[in-house]
Amino acid sequence: MLDLIWLIPLIPLTGVLINGFFGRRMPLKTVGVIACATVLIAFLLSVGAVVQLAGSEPNPDGLRIHELSLGDWMPLDAVSVPWEFSLDPLGSVLLLVVTGVGFLIHVYSIGYMAHEKDYARFFTYLNLFMGMMLTLVLAGNMMVMFVGWEGVGLCSYLLIGFYYDKPFDLRTGLTCADAGRKAFITNRIGDFAFLIGVLYLAINFGTLTFSEISERVAHAGPGAHGLLVGVGILLFLGACGKSAQIPLYVWLPDAMAGPTPVSALIHAATMVTAGVYMVARMSALYAQAPEAMAVIAAVGALTAIFAAIMGTAATDIKKVLAYSTVSQLGYMFAACGVGAYVAGIFHLMTHAFFKALLFLGAGSVIHGMNGEQDIRKMGGLKKKMPRTYWTFLVATLAIAGIPGLAGFFSKDEILWGAWSSGNKIVWLTLAAAAGVTAFYMFRLVYLTFWGTFRGGDEAESKVHESNSLMTVPLMVLAVLAAVGGWIGIPKLLTFGKDINLFHHWLAPAISLPHGDGHGVEASHSAGLEFGLMAVAVGIAVFGILLALHVYKSSTLPQKIADTLGPVYKLVRNLFWVDELYKFAILKPFYAACRGFRWVDIHVVDGLVNGTRNATLGLSYISNLHDRIVVDGLVNLTGWVTTWLHRMLSRVQTGMIQTYLSVMLLGVFILIAYYTLAG
Amino acid sequence: MLTPTHVMIFSLVLFGVGVFGVLTRRNIIIVLMSLELILNAANLNFVAFSWAHPSIHGQVFALFVICVAAGEVAVGLAILITLFRNRNSVNIDEFHLMKG
Repeated sequence: MLDLIWLIPLIPLTGVLINGFFGRRMPLKTVGVIACATVLIAFLLSVGAVVQLAGSEPNPDGLRIHELSLGDWMPLDAVSVPWEFSLDPLGSVLLLVVTGVGFLIHVYSIGYMAHEKDYARFFTYLNLFMGMMLTLVLAGNMMVMFVGWEGVGLCSYLLIGFYYDKPFDLRTGLTCADAGRKAFITNRIGDFAFLIGVLYLAINFGTLTFSEISERVAHAGPGAHGLLVGVGILLFLGACGKSAQIPLYVWLPDAMAGPTPVSALIHAATMVTAGVYMVARMSALYAQAPEAMAVIAAVGALTAIFAAIMGTAATDIKKVLAYSTVSQLGYMFAACGVGAYVAGIFHLMTHAFFKALLFLGAGSVIHGMNGEQDIRKMGGLKKKMPRTYWTFLVATLAIAGIPGLAGFFSKDEILWGAWSSGNKIVWLTLAAAAGVTAFYMFRLVYLTFWGTFRGGDEAESKVHESNSLMTVPLMVLAVLAAVGGWIGIPKLLTFGKDINLFHHWLAPAISLPHGDGHGVEASHSAGLEFGLMAVAVGIAVFGILLALHVYKSSTLPQKIADTLGPVYKLVRNLFWVDELYKFAILKPFYAACRGFRWVDIHVVDGLVNGTRNATLGLSYISNLHDRIVVDGLVNLTGWVTTWLHRMLSRVQTGMIQTYLSVMLLGVFILIAYYTLAG
Repeated sequence: MLTPTHVMIFSLVLFGVGVFGVLTRRNIIIVLMSLELILNAANLNFVAFSWAHPSIHGQVFALFVICVAAGEVAVGLAILITLFRNRNSVNIDEFHLMKG
């Protein structure tokens, strides 16, 4: 099974071929079943491969890894790049999350997209995304990863712009197609940095294979330190684009223009976590570049709090979740930055469960509300959509960090990682962000499901619960969001029994700056950890209670908004970051474009036109020479010949006696000549 | 006493008459006849030289010329008859098809 891992990305791609070429002519049901079946097969193959990996013998470093090369791709002199795939504990987590959650979302999509005209196109893109994401996860070297990296970016673009003819954001006048472009271009900036980083690695280490990079980087020596920091930051910039971190996060909220299952799959559970995955993959490199890790921790923590604050003022149900995603991704990066990679990947997994669930729940609400996304027009949906409500509540509790649910364990592990690594400011920021997260999530739940309906009677009568194709995946994900964290229960809460399976599975795949993965546990103080855990839970509960208190009253939210005045306005307008980018980057860029256009018209075109005019002048002279001299000579020849002909033809009279007379004259002359001369 | 010189002078006169006839007469039949005069003037010359320088060659040449002249007359008269049939005339001035 392990030798077949290269098949896992290929299977969804066969779905792309089938649905892409014949989807329009097939019944809707067949299209959906083919799309889901390919992902299910990929999931089963993945499970088989991971089980076999778990049963295999670890290498001397304690790492279970299976590498596989399918042959040369770019056999260059400086660096040879084969088609390599590999599976290790880190990849296996992503592999199962991507295929498992991906399968549930595919099933959900059959119900959600049932009324769309471009049904086959949707599933073609979705399958293409799965293929590319699995290529990214299973890649054995940077270049194969880059193929998947760009492929998922392409699918993201295609799916954000899926409703390409519809307007999306009335405030900025964006259409869905514009939102897709925005995502693609913002990602390109990050991808450019990423590619430069990859090329630096290739030039300086002569390999792009992950295992070889890890080995060579570890023995690089102090001379390469600057290079490693630079490469680390460049790669992280790529991750910033893909995973929507400051300063490149602006595309993710607008990515909500895509269909909701896409937001759940690509912009919450899988693609946006690719950046975290890549940073964890390169942990050996970051271990040699603590400065780059500090940057990652700072950017991650800042993004976590910043995006969470923006989430408190958003009124679009999907945008609240989008900012939440940006914020949670910030958590994961902060975890990686402080060296708590395992916690980061753990959070990646639990986040995939509860955030996919939140998005699918939001999709169910939107579906039930017949397309309405504004939470100000919702309320009281608890009774109308019980299954959606209960599953959504589970996910909300999970993300808020209520003990026992998945989000609690992973978030707590990150906070403990931040504290124990000595980054108290990161800890404080993340703890505050946890409080804000609890606040905006319960605000969302309150405005959507509790209270009374605010959309008018007519809209209320049309609200309906979604069918079971959509609610069953919700329930499966709800179970995962509830119990998914139990595979990573910290030692502290199990009375000293070490059953943190996740940590043991993943730790060998990670390299830490200090060299040993147990440095954190050495400074373990049970009382401190327990106290911090209580503080974090306390903050979360405070956030929940605050939200409940504020939104219970119908006038209090407005009063608070008025009291805060400019601050509220700042948050409501998303800190004017889009506008800042517009004035700081787009305006100068357009001005530069206009400048270049001027140069183009006046200088380049002038040169081209000058050349043209010179050529025209020369050809005019050449033409004159041709007409007068060359043609003149030719005509002169003809004219002379004609004249000669006219003169000479008179001699030929046709009268035989004339000829004879002349001949006779000639004879006489000859005779006279010879007689006189002789 | 008759000498070769006398014969040559006669031949010269005969030649002159022939040339005059060829160049001035308008009737093609007379032109052809004048041509015969020229040929026979040449024959007389051959015979005269054969007499003056005792040799039989001149007389042999004269016989050849007579033969060729007979052929020439046959062809010439045939053309003439055809011409007359087509143009109903024997006036040489009317035949200038080869005018340039």
